[in-house]
Amino acid sequence: MSLLTSIICVPFLAAGLIALVPRNFRFGIRLVALLSTLVTLLLGTILFCLFQTGRAGYQFEQQIRWLDALGISYHVGVDGVNLGLVVLGTIVAFAATCVSWEIKTQEKEFYILLLVMAGGILGAFASLDLFFFYFFHELALVPTFIMIGVWGRGENKNYATFQITLYLSVGALIALVGLIAVYVQAGARTFDLVELTKQLQAKPLSVSAQNFIFPWLLFGFGIMVSLWPFHTWAPLGYASAPTATAMLHAGVLKKFGLYGLLRIAVPLLPAGAQNWLTLVAFLCLGNLFYCGLVAIRQKDLNLLIGNSSVAHMGLVFLGIASLSVVGVTGAVLVMVAHGLLAALSFGLSGYLYQQTRTLQVEQLGGLLRRLPFIGSALVMAMLAGCGVPGFANFPGELLVFFGAWHDYTAVVALAAWSGLVIGAVYMLRAVRHILHGPAREEWAAVADATPWRKLPFSLLLAGLLGLGCWPRLLTDAVEPRAAEIVKPFNVQPKVAPLKPKPGSLPRRNRRRPTA
Amino acid sequence: MNASLVSLEVFVVLLGVGLLLVDLWTPAAEKRMLGYGAAVALGLILCFSFAAGFATDTPQHAFGQSYVLDGLAMFFKRLFLLAAIIVLLMSVEFADRIEVGISEFYALIVFALAGMMFAASANDLVLLFVSLELITVTFYVLNSFQRSRLQSLEAGVKYLILGALSSAFLVYGIALVYGTANTMDFATLATQAKGLAAKPVFLLGLLLVIAGLTFKIAAFPFQFWAPDVYQGSPTPATAFLAFGSKAAGFVLLLRLLFSAVPDVTLHWARLLMVLSAITILYGNLCAIPQRNLKRLLGYSSIANAGYLLLGIAALNQAGASAILYYLGGYLFTVLAAFTVICLVMRKLAAEDITALAGLNQRSPLLAATMTLAMVSLAGVPPLAGFFGKFLLLRAMVQQGGYWLVAVAIVGVVISLYYYFGIIRAIYWSKDPSDLSPIEVSGPLRAALYGCIAGMFYLGVFPSALLRAATQAVKTLRW
Repeated sequence: MSLLTSIICVPFLAAGLIALVPRNFRFGIRLVALLSTLVTLLLGTILFCLFQTGRAGYQFEQQIRWLDALGISYHVGVDGVNLGLVVLGTIVAFAATCVSWEIKTQEKEFYILLLVMAGGILGAFASLDLFFFYFFHELALVPTFIMIGVWGRGENKNYATFQITLYLSVGALIALVGLIAVYVQAGARTFDLVELTKQLQAKPLSVSAQNFIFPWLLFGFGIMVSLWPFHTWAPLGYASAPTATAMLHAGVLKKFGLYGLLRIAVPLLPAGAQNWLTLVAFLCLGNLFYCGLVAIRQKDLNLLIGNSSVAHMGLVFLGIASLSVVGVTGAVLVMVAHGLLAALSFGLSGYLYQQTRTLQVEQLGGLLRRLPFIGSALVMAMLAGCGVPGFANFPGELLVFFGAWHDYTAVVALAAWSGLVIGAVYMLRAVRHILHGPAREEWAAVADATPWRKLPFSLLLAGLLGLGCWPRLLTDAVEPRAAEIVKPFNVQPKVAPLKPKPGSLPRRNRRRPTA
Repeated sequence: MNASLVSLEVFVVLLGVGLLLVDLWTPAAEKRMLGYGAAVALGLILCFSFAAGFATDTPQHAFGQSYVLDGLAMFFKRLFLLAAIIVLLMSVEFADRIEVGISEFYALIVFALAGMMFAASANDLVLLFVSLELITVTFYVLNSFQRSRLQSLEAGVKYLILGALSSAFLVYGIALVYGTANTMDFATLATQAKGLAAKPVFLLGLLLVIAGLTFKIAAFPFQFWAPDVYQGSPTPATAFLAFGSKAAGFVLLLRLLFSAVPDVTLHWARLLMVLSAITILYGNLCAIPQRNLKRLLGYSSIANAGYLLLGIAALNQAGASAILYYLGGYLFTVLAAFTVICLVMRKLAAEDITALAGLNQRSPLLAATMTLAMVSLAGVPPLAGFFGKFLLLRAMVQQGGYWLVAVAIVGVVISLYYYFGIIRAIYWSKDPSDLSPIEVSGPLRAALYGCIAGMFYLGVFPSALLRAATQAVKTLRW
C-alpha cells in the first residue's frame, strides 16, 4: 500500500465514517473531518520529505489492474511535476476544513461532500492512468454543485452553481473525448500513461491526427482552467461558493487542466502541441489583460479575487506555451504558488464575510486596526498576488517570463506589465479600501482571529513565504521532469542555467556539491 | 424441437396464470400480498436461470430455429427478471392507489415479462412480432389501469394509437421482407442478404421494421408517446415500461441489424447516426422546461434511447457490449428513480418536481437514492451511468464519428441541467410545504439499497458485467 494511496484513501474513508456518525453529534463530525485532513497533511509532508530529487521515473508508484479488457488500471505515482500539486492539495484540504467552522447547518452532508472533493482532487493529481485522471476529477463535480447551492451566498448562487457545473462539464467532456481519441488512435489498448508515453515516443501519431486531437484536449482542459474567453464561470462561481469550496476549487482543482496539459497533452502529442500552443500564448494575454481590467472594476472582494485568479492562470499558460525548461518550471511553481495564494485569499475573505456580512469594498474600511492578524495576512496575500519578492509567486512569474522571452518577446513584455501594474492597481486599492482609512462604527464589533482560527492562514502563509524564499525546495524536483517534457522541442534557453556551475560561486555560498 | 429451452418463459406464464387463480381464493384485504409472493417466485426463477441447464457456450434453438437461447438472450432474460421483481415490489406499495383488480395488475406485469423474455430469444420475424405484440398489448392495459383517472386513460389510449400505428408499419415491413426474401428466419436472411441488398423493396421493408421497432425504444421517429404515457400511467407500469420495453426493443434491434442483415446495416451507418443524433437532441431539449417529474423522465428516456443508438451506429462489437452494459446500469438507475417517485408522490396533483422539496428531512434514504439516480443518469462518476456512457463514446470514437460524439456531449451537458435541477429541488428549493416523514416498507427498502449498491458496483467494478456483455455479443455476426 503505497503512501500515495493512503493519502488518497484517507479522505474517502473519513467521508464514509462521517456518514455513520449521528447527525446531531456536530463536534464528532467536525473532529473526524479535521483529524482526517490533518493525517492527510502529515502524510503529504512525509511524502515531500521522502521524495528523492533527481531520480528518474515515478516514485511511490502503485498499480492495481482494474479492467484488463480496456487496459485501465489504478496507477498512481509522483514525480517533480505533481509532487507540489499533491502536497498543495493536502495543505489546502486541511486549511479548508479548518475554515469551515462557519458552516452551522447540515454539517454532516457538508463534510462528506468536502472530503469526497478533497479525495477526488488528490487522486486526480496522483493518477497516472488517463481514465482515472478523468474519473477522480469528476468526483468533485456533484459536491461542488451541492455545496454552492446549499451553503453558498449571494442571490445569484443558483445561477452560479448551474453555470459552474455546466461549464466545467463541457470542458471535462471535451477533454474526455480527446483522451479517448488518444487511446483509440494510439492503438495501444491501454489507458496507462507510462505505457502510452513509451509507445507514442517510439511510434508517434501522424501530424494530422495530432493536430486534430490536441485542440480537444487543449480547449477541454482550457475551459476547466478558465482560459480566456472561456473564463466567465470562475468569478461568479467562486464568489457564490462557501469558503471551503472556493479554497479547494480555485486553489487546487483549477490546476487540474494545466496539469493535464503538461502531463498528457504535451508529452503524448508533441507535434500538435507545437502547432497549437502559439495560440495559447496569445490567449493568455486575454486572461491577463481582460480579467485584470475587469478585476479593477470589481466592488466585491470575492469577485476581485476570482478575476485575479483567472488572470494568474494566464501566466501559467504562458509558461507552458513557452515549451522551455525555465518556462515550464516556472509554470509549475506558479501553479503551486497560486494555489496557496488563492486558498489564502478566499479564506481571508471568508473570515471577513463572517464578521462583517458584506464584501463590498466600499462599505468596509479601517479594518486593519481591529483585525491586525487578518489584516496583515490580507496585505501579504495581496502583495503576493502582485508578484512581490519574498512570496512564491515572484520566482515563478520570473521564470515564466524568462522562459517565454525567447519565443514570445512581445507577449512577455505585455504580460509582465499587466501582471505587475494592473495587478498592483486592484490589489493595493482593495487593501486601501478595506484595511486603511478611517475606522467605521459599524465594524467596531469585529474580532480578530483566535489562535486556532489563525492556524489555516498561518499554514498557507508559511507555504507562500517558504517557497518564496527557497523556491529550490520545489524547482529542484520539477526541473529534470520539465527538461524531459520539453526535450522534443529543442528550445535552447538563452539564460544562465538554474544550478550554478561548480567553482563559479565562492566556497562558503555553496549549499551542496553540484555534479 | 427442444421444449426445455423455453422452461423459463413457461414458468413465468404459469406464475401469471397462477396469480389469477390464487386471486379467486384470496380475501380482498390480502390481495396485495400476492405481489410479494410473485416477486419471490420470480426470484426463484432468476436463481434457476443461473443453473447449469442454461449454459450458453453454443446457441441452442427451439421451435425450428425461431427461438434461440444464447448468451445474449440469457443476459437480457436475467435483466428482465430482476426488473420485474423490483416493479412488483413497487406495485405492492402502489396497491392502495389501484381501486380494484390488483392481482390482474400483477399478472399483467408477469405476462409482459414473458413477452420480454420471448423477445430476448427471438430469432425470426414472426417471434419478433408476436413477442412485441404481447408486450405492447399488455401495456395497453397496464397504462390505463387506473380507470378513474383521466390521465391514465389518456396514456393508455395514446399508447394504443401510436402502438397500433407502429405495429402496422412493422407488419407491412415484415410482409415486404418476406415477399422478397421468402423467409422469416434471421439465419437464412443473413445468407441471402447480400443478394437482397440490391432490391429496393427489401430495403423498404427493412426500414419499416426498424421504424416499428423505434416505437418500442422511444426513438425518433416514433418517440412522441413517451412523455404523455410516462406521465399518465401508474408509476410501476411506467417503471417497467421505461426499462423493459426499451431493453426488449434494443435486443430485437441488435439481433435484426447484426444477426439477420449485417451486410445491409454496414451501409446504413449514416442513417443510424442521424437517428441517434435527432433522438438525443429531441429528448434533451424538450426535457428542459418540464415541471412534472414523470414527464421529465419520459423525455430523458428518449434521450437515453438516443445514446443507446450511438452504440448501434458504432457498428462494432464494442458498441454492442456498451449497449448491454448501459442497459444493466440503466435498470438500477431508472427503477430507483421511479421507486422514489412512487413513495413520495402519493397524490395526483403532487407529481411536480417541487413535491421533492425537503426530501432530505423527510427521508434521507430517498433523497440520497434520487440524487444518486440523477447523478447516474447524468453520467457522472463513480456511478454506473458514467461507465456506460464512457463505453458508448469509446465505441463511437473507434468508428470515427466525431460529429455524433459532439452531439452526444451537447446532449449530456443539457441533461446535466435538468437532472441537477432535480437535485436542487431536493436539497435547496423554496420552503417545503410538507415535512412529514415518509415510511418505506422493508422489502422496498431492500430494493432501494440493492439499486444503490448496483449503481455503485457497476460504476466502480465494471469488469464482471463487461465480461458478460462482451461474451454475450459474440454470437452476433461481425
